[in-house]
Amino acid sequence: MARITASVYTSHVPAIGVAIDQGKTAEPYWVPLFKGYEFSKQWMQDNKPDVIFLVYNDHATAFSLEMIPTFAIGTAAEFNVADEGYGPRPVPKVIGHPELASHIAQSVIQDDFDLTIVNRMGVDHGLTVPLSLMCGQPQAWPCPVIPFAVNVVQYPVPSGRRCFMLGQAIRRAVESYDEALRVQIWGTGGMSHQLQGPRAGLINAAWDNRFLDRLIADPEGLSKVPHIEYVREAGSEGIELVMWLIARGAMADVAGGKAPTLKHRFFHVPASNTAVGHLILENS
Amino acid sequence: MALQKPYLDVPGTTIFDAEQSRKGYHLNQFCMSLMKAENRARFKAGERAYLDEWPMSEAQKQAVLARDLNRCIALGGNIYFLAKIGATDGRSFQQMAGSMTGMSEEEYRHMMISGGRSVEGNRVVGEDGDAQAHHQPQGKAGRA
Repeated sequence: MARITASVYTSHVPAIGVAIDQGKTAEPYWVPLFKGYEFSKQWMQDNKPDVIFLVYNDHATAFSLEMIPTFAIGTAAEFNVADEGYGPRPVPKVIGHPELASHIAQSVIQDDFDLTIVNRMGVDHGLTVPLSLMCGQPQAWPCPVIPFAVNVVQYPVPSGRRCFMLGQAIRRAVESYDEALRVQIWGTGGMSHQLQGPRAGLINAAWDNRFLDRLIADPEGLSKVPHIEYVREAGSEGIELVMWLIARGAMADVAGGKAPTLKHRFFHVPASNTAVGHLILENS
Repeated sequence: MALQKPYLDVPGTTIFDAEQSRKGYHLNQFCMSLMKAENRARFKAGERAYLDEWPMSEAQKQAVLARDLNRCIALGGNIYFLAKIGATDGRSFQQMAGSMTGMSEEEYRHMMISGGRSVEGNRVVGEDGDAQAHHQPQGKAGRA
């Protein structure tokens, strides 16, 4: 059967993608950030999964206001890298895993989560920046990726509680797939940031670090934090952090297994307007 | 019974909810049209004429022409959509975010490198933080 081997959490700031694509990673501004991902790139090479289930949000790229799915799973064979207005990022096309994605969709919908199934979708920096941070600049991404887009643009976004329970349903779905695939689940976005209004530029490092502590040790309690606390403490766009709870909900300990092993933890301010957080948790 | 909106008392912050989304539908869809290179070119060649193709309010059109992002947001715009105007103008996300504070680009960049804006005094309307209405605009512009 397939199983979830590890979960990865990272911010997906677009400026990080620009820095990588334009060869600026050695500039003093960016050095501390990329240093925080050196361990992670090696870890990815040593622990190559068969599939990455990548939870991210679309930023008015594939989804305009014509359609706003709360949870959308990409079941296509491949996904083009979108032009977000500056030209598409020069990164490899994303190859999907239609069989596992369709299996997860069927299982999770039968488990009471109403996913939108998407067979044609461009993917933006929300998905490609985490891949670049974890995999560098390869000719092709190391494995197929299942894009899982969450609406965090139009309020209300799904609650942390709902996200945490969805992660548990995704875990059950993966474990009911016959082929012995090693699946990683990634939760992306955050950490504290606000991109709009006179309060733009808000960073709350203390809150972010408590979030990281609780995500590791008390995800159940963390899942009960209401939206308004994210907005007030971590900025209007800090709400993206609910997506991390989907990945965390899929870990073994939530279903009564052993606590995960913390392989890596990193925090840095700033990347453009944003606090960057990063964790790697392995199932024991 | 009215919907609960506990986010209305966060200073300097507009939450893009269903009400804002309804107000800003055409404004945001106009922004979305700038994802296509040929539309960007047409917009740049004649902004007013391009805007007139959209059923936006006059106030929304004026806010776009003035690149007044705070006004655009008040009229239903969402920052991820408005960012397409910035991309068309060749501006970075940091330049756009900074423009909404009244700070110069340099001042805003410096604030971010120094750890960003503090949440202290900026959680609830009526406190005394730098994002509160009585401290606008921020930076040198506010001291002038």
